[in-house]
Amino acid sequence: MKMPEPDRETLAKRVEIAAALSRIVTAEGGVIVDEDELRPYESDGLTAYRQPPLVVVLPETVEEVRQILRYCHENEIKVVPRGAGTSLSGGALPLADGVLLSMAKFNRILDIDFDNRCVVTQPGVTNLGITNAVQHKGFYYAPDPSSQIACTIGGNIAENSGGVHCLKYGLTTNNVLGVELVTIEGEVVRFGGKHLDAGGYDMLGLLTGSEGLLGVVTEVTVRILRSPETVRAMLTGFPTSEQAGDCVARVISAGIIPAGMEMMDRLATKAAEDFVHAGYPLDVEAVIIIELDGPAVEVDHLIERVTEIARECGASTIRVSESDAERQVFWAGRKAAFPAVGRISPDYYCMDGTIPRGRLTEVLRRMAELSVKYDLRVANVFHAGDGNLHPLILYDANVPGELERAEEFGSDILKLCVEVGGVLTGEHGVGVEKRDLMPEMFSEDDLNQQMRVKCAFDPSSLLNPGKMFPELHRCAELGRVHVHHGETRFPDIPRF
Amino acid sequence: MSETFRPDNPDQLRDLLAWATSEEKTIEIVGAGSKRALGRPVNADHVVELGGMAGITLYEPNELVMTASPATPIAEIEAALSENSQQLEFEPPDYGPLLASASGGQGGSGARSNAPAGTLGGAIACNLSGPRRVKSGAARDHFLGFHAVSGRGEIFKSGGRVVKNVTGYDLSKLLAGSWGTLAAMTDVTVKVLPLPEKTRTALLVGADPARAVQAMIKAMQSPHEVSGAAWLPASLADGSGVELVSGQKGSVAALRVEGPGPSAEYRCNALREMLAEYGGTEELHSINSIAFWREVRDVMPFARPGDDRAVWKLSAPPASAPELVAELGEIEGAETFLDWGGGLAWLALPAGTDASHEAVRAAIERTTGHATLFRAPEEIRRAVPVFQPQPGARTMLAQRVKAAFDPKGILNPGRMYADI
Repeated sequence: MKMPEPDRETLAKRVEIAAALSRIVTAEGGVIVDEDELRPYESDGLTAYRQPPLVVVLPETVEEVRQILRYCHENEIKVVPRGAGTSLSGGALPLADGVLLSMAKFNRILDIDFDNRCVVTQPGVTNLGITNAVQHKGFYYAPDPSSQIACTIGGNIAENSGGVHCLKYGLTTNNVLGVELVTIEGEVVRFGGKHLDAGGYDMLGLLTGSEGLLGVVTEVTVRILRSPETVRAMLTGFPTSEQAGDCVARVISAGIIPAGMEMMDRLATKAAEDFVHAGYPLDVEAVIIIELDGPAVEVDHLIERVTEIARECGASTIRVSESDAERQVFWAGRKAAFPAVGRISPDYYCMDGTIPRGRLTEVLRRMAELSVKYDLRVANVFHAGDGNLHPLILYDANVPGELERAEEFGSDILKLCVEVGGVLTGEHGVGVEKRDLMPEMFSEDDLNQQMRVKCAFDPSSLLNPGKMFPELHRCAELGRVHVHHGETRFPDIPRF
Repeated sequence: MSETFRPDNPDQLRDLLAWATSEEKTIEIVGAGSKRALGRPVNADHVVELGGMAGITLYEPNELVMTASPATPIAEIEAALSENSQQLEFEPPDYGPLLASASGGQGGSGARSNAPAGTLGGAIACNLSGPRRVKSGAARDHFLGFHAVSGRGEIFKSGGRVVKNVTGYDLSKLLAGSWGTLAAMTDVTVKVLPLPEKTRTALLVGADPARAVQAMIKAMQSPHEVSGAAWLPASLADGSGVELVSGQKGSVAALRVEGPGPSAEYRCNALREMLAEYGGTEELHSINSIAFWREVRDVMPFARPGDDRAVWKLSAPPASAPELVAELGEIEGAETFLDWGGGLAWLALPAGTDASHEAVRAAIERTTGHATLFRAPEEIRRAVPVFQPQPGARTMLAQRVKAAFDPKGILNPGRMYADI
């Protein structure tokens, strides 16, 4: 993956830039230049890529963020924003000639408002930290990415993070009410708040999932939900993946939207079982965990119906959790699936495509063919309810050529997702990882239109360059309109 | 001379807009034209009707997804969905009667007809959502992707047909609620969801705004998944077509629950128990519930024939509703009802010369949120800011975003703000 060529002039001014930032952020340790201290920042959750930043700055106030961005804008210095650095797509990968803006010190919850059912927080608070702050009154924040113990809400906004429960409760974008944003030009703007619908153009919706390319979020308002009265999970196993896929489709078409519906293939199930001993069946091709929530009377009713559907689809295992402890055991293997796969292979590469549910069997079959072609094993874990696949490609980075082969395998899987009507990334983001695959899904006109939106917020392309777009065009060039004066009036268009 | 164009396909639309941008001719984009009385009036050189491209092009009930041309009537969409016991969960409102009543029933279906007036594209372009907004989100939350022609005269797309998608910017969100000022859509893909088996509505009778909002907050804080929470003062409850509502002779707060039969019944009972401490309770079953929530959705309390008052839509933090209702009540002749658990206030007042915009905006300033002038004679909508004015930096960003899609400002000029 090629990153933009570092600007020599900026590299040469490193000391000067650090000094200027130290005048803005005066707290001790607020600016990091020491090479050893820069090392922890050199990569994020996509560890295959490493690059120490020019300098790290850790502001504590909105005013400091504003001044940092304004300084970088005036001096044409690139900026990479960073939350907890858990991105799986390299969204927070530093640039050699860029300032790494860490929001780690924005770690306070500002307002818990149960009457308006929302929390106002700084962006560096963790996803789970929000739930922890409200659960004493029976509330929670719904999106639950598997990194929720570490990832920050600011990072969730940047990536529009999902989780196992977004089938019923939506992604980050459906659960955010407002943000405060600082633009690269140093303007502080607010979109939305404690009310519904942001007003004007929906910049809130645009910013969610914009991967740190449009601005730096300094405050977030999220909606919180009351926890359901009852939650129960079902553990089902199927002799074939066709039957499992059929079961998922039939649950949905019966009008049932479970809180979560997660599938694992044989390899992932075996790895998980060996790791956590959740009691998963090992004689099946696919395991599905189906979680239902609501009042007990509803959950019991739906469990009966889903049990019937699973049986009709040929399930060889059907277990229903009788206690919350048992439910947690069902989930334990699924939640530990990634590290479990990590135990059976020196390295793994996690993919994140989404497909229309109905194409699942076909995609699994073709993925198995690719596995033979590339001579690499693949374990499948996926959010079956919404068609979001997480194939884990097993490889060994110490074997020359295996990483490259794994990456090629991965990109073939993502192309396959697009081919069947799906998309390149369901929740991990484009980042640097899938940047060069964007033309698989988008035409040049599609991408140019997206980049024009980027230009509206960041005319000099200083915010997180090298991410999301395969190549960045200059804004002036993108803005040009090709005028064809005096052309015909298109008489073939019906008028009246 | 103004002409009306009716392209048959996206290529014709592209050619037309490429021509318009070259010649700097302004264009008004129209689906069924049911929302022309909403927003700021547009005076464009020409009109483009999208009706030539209407129709559902993809509907896969098992995938919970539908793609249709934007000019497809909501009535057609809902008919197709109901055959599979599915629905648009954002409850697109039908403002036909509301907008027609002020003009004495002219230009629309003054009397209530069963077929809604609007199109799918119109509901999305204006990001209009019904009472279920509090639980299920707005139109924009169900809008997965689109193809469109920009004001530059270029065909482009964003999003897709799957719910989980973070590939590139979510331009669907930008187009939802842009009132046709950024691009003319040629197809839209939406998430569809199962129709609930049963609907129940718990009613609380006789509560003033403060107590009603308190009760609604308590209900919304409960685990009962309330999918509608509204309050009508006695004067408006009185006009409901649902006898169990009009017959109460008092104000009515209503809480809706939907789901499998036993669950809806259980939750409705639980809510009635919870409401008992605030006053007398009653309940509506499915048919009455559906009729009542349709009235709330379509702002029927202000759509009685001959009602020519100005109507405002105010979105504010739900808990501030009592304060907001009190303050709006100071305005001569004002009448308010609440939806979205108190987060949405519908206000009617004498149109006068300026729809009391200064007083209304002063009130929303204090609670935070935004106020939209929803129904008013054209001359007032031309003179008074229809949408909430935005602070400087936001206006600058909005102008730049507009220019990113429509650099010559040819699409629906002035529809949202004088310069957008």
